[in-house]
Amino acid sequence: MSTPRSFEWLERILIPVGAVLAAMLLFALFVGLAGYPPLEVFELLYKGGFGSSFSWNNTLQRAAPLILTGLAVAIPARAGLVIIGGEGALVLGGLAAAIVGVWGLGGPALPVQLAMLLAATLAGALWIGLCGWLRHARGVNETISSLLLAYIGIALLNHFVEGPLKDPASLNKPSTAPIGDTLMLGMTPGFDVHLGLGIGVVVALFAWVVTRFTTAGFALQVVGGNPRAAQLAGLRTGAWLIGACAAGGAAAGLAGGIEVAAVHGAANSLLIVGYGYAGILVAFMARHNPLAVIPVAILIGGINAAGGMLQRRLDMPDAAVLVLQGMAFVLILASETLYGRIKFKRAAKATAPAVTTTVTAPTIATASGEKV
Amino acid sequence: MNETAQTLGLWSIPLAVIGGAIRVSTPFLLVSLGECITEKSGRINLGLEGILVMGAMAAYGTSLATGSPWIGLWVAALVGAAFGLLHAALCSLKKVNDIAIGIAIMMFGTGLAFFLGKPYIQPKAPNLPAIELGAWSDSPPVQAALAINPLFPAGIALAIFLHWAFRNTAWGLKLRVVGDSGDAALALGIRVLRMRVVATMLGGALSGLGGAFLSLYYPGSWNEALSSGQGLMAVALVIFARWEPIRCLWAALLFGGAGALGPALQAAGISSGYHLFNAAPYVLTLVILIASCSPKRSLQGAPGELSLTR
Repeated sequence: MSTPRSFEWLERILIPVGAVLAAMLLFALFVGLAGYPPLEVFELLYKGGFGSSFSWNNTLQRAAPLILTGLAVAIPARAGLVIIGGEGALVLGGLAAAIVGVWGLGGPALPVQLAMLLAATLAGALWIGLCGWLRHARGVNETISSLLLAYIGIALLNHFVEGPLKDPASLNKPSTAPIGDTLMLGMTPGFDVHLGLGIGVVVALFAWVVTRFTTAGFALQVVGGNPRAAQLAGLRTGAWLIGACAAGGAAAGLAGGIEVAAVHGAANSLLIVGYGYAGILVAFMARHNPLAVIPVAILIGGINAAGGMLQRRLDMPDAAVLVLQGMAFVLILASETLYGRIKFKRAAKATAPAVTTTVTAPTIATASGEKV
Repeated sequence: MNETAQTLGLWSIPLAVIGGAIRVSTPFLLVSLGECITEKSGRINLGLEGILVMGAMAAYGTSLATGSPWIGLWVAALVGAAFGLLHAALCSLKKVNDIAIGIAIMMFGTGLAFFLGKPYIQPKAPNLPAIELGAWSDSPPVQAALAINPLFPAGIALAIFLHWAFRNTAWGLKLRVVGDSGDAALALGIRVLRMRVVATMLGGALSGLGGAFLSLYYPGSWNEALSSGQGLMAVALVIFARWEPIRCLWAALLFGGAGALGPALQAAGISSGYHLFNAAPYVLTLVILIASCSPKRSLQGAPGELSLTR
């Protein structure tokens, strides 16, 4: 081992931060070549995402669903699965919440709100849980099945909001009937952002505690790191795989439910803005650590929030932020190769550079390299 | 047009599905053949979706600038090969996972194509000409169904060639050894890394061509909703085809038919459930995956080094 254990934490911070900085440099070069002033681009990125209380609110409003869709990728990843279909769970969660809100029980708001979020959670859990089940029972690759299910989920949403569930009053944007002001979620205490932010942070903290400090989290790690060993230890790997997928799907579904109950007030195609896909980036940047998902979601939310400002001020295509995120994603993954290779001063006795450090989180690389 | 559609009656639907199947299946065919080569080498490239979109944008922009869709095709293939090289190079680093890199390239390619392609959304670029096999008929629907795009026969020829080359050329045999066992290939003195890089670049080039087909033939314009997962479905299609080029052809036609069903029904005036019919290819892909995978054994015909099927 070339990196002593005591330096592992440093490495885990330095490498991702370095990768993000490299991505920003590359992006500066890219926008420079495309004929835009790089310094001004970064100034606007900062201003648009984090420069004022208005932009902070905008950022946090976008971070709220990203925390949850990030968890939708991060939790299954701890069991060694690559789920990229959070978008499908999110839109179906939104649809389920809207259905409960519109046609559900009348009466006091709180129980209906809870029922809406529960329905959203269940819808997401079932949708991604299906990927886990297909993986376990049929050996179907979960990455592909989850993305196919995302397309199918989006088609279902479009079908229902333009067909059977369409509110005749929604002319420009086909939607379900509005859930009504009384059912809309309030604000996160202390912030000018809807309750979804608080819910996302609490769920992420909960997921972190479970994965880090409980036997369940350890079992998940064993299943992800070495399925054979997990089976020998008597773990029911199938149940863990399906459960991890369902938990991830539940988070994404909840994100959709919150978007309906706190932002849009009805289910419609506004739900399909790519939070599910951006969640993949969030999870990989956070190296599937639920606690790290929170700051990364805020960073990505800020970059997305600043996209509009780049478009208005510099007349840049709105896809500029996608380019930056794509570069960051590629470099973050490429930087995986650096773990255990950075030479710290005390690590002079390094002998075998290529052998990995002790694996604390089951990265995808170790998980999928395992022969079953 | 309407009169002939009426005289043909409901026959217009199967006719439109056949014509549509050929149109819709062409990108599937090209991308799946490309992925077939890549996967034969033991790597999987999930980034083909992003490469396809980049190829579509590059081809359209080139055709617009030069006036020649054929130059557009070449540029799309080059751009695709460059992205394939990026994937291959990054995967060659230690501890870097090919599936994850593929997802990243999917997002990067799509974002880059949307950024660079912004100016090409409005203008109309010259499209690829069709080969009119239906000139003998007076009926416009028959003519429309038999107007074959030039990339389709090229794809068929390529499928046959690959089928032969995988078995009968030194390159094909080496590629299969590399894909089945990197260690064995190394022991035989084959340059494993170089084979994989070349295979991934070829896969990228063919995906770029698949994208060029979308922007230069059908639908024949560039916009951000151009691709709807064809690149990814092609990956699933290769599994269904058991890594056999000829089976890729049949699978692509099947997918093309499923993809053509929605528009054909819509053209015939059946519009309810439009979104559900459009989701038919995804459902079909999933059903096929479920039917062709098994938890008990690794897939028949699967390259041994492939992380996808482990």
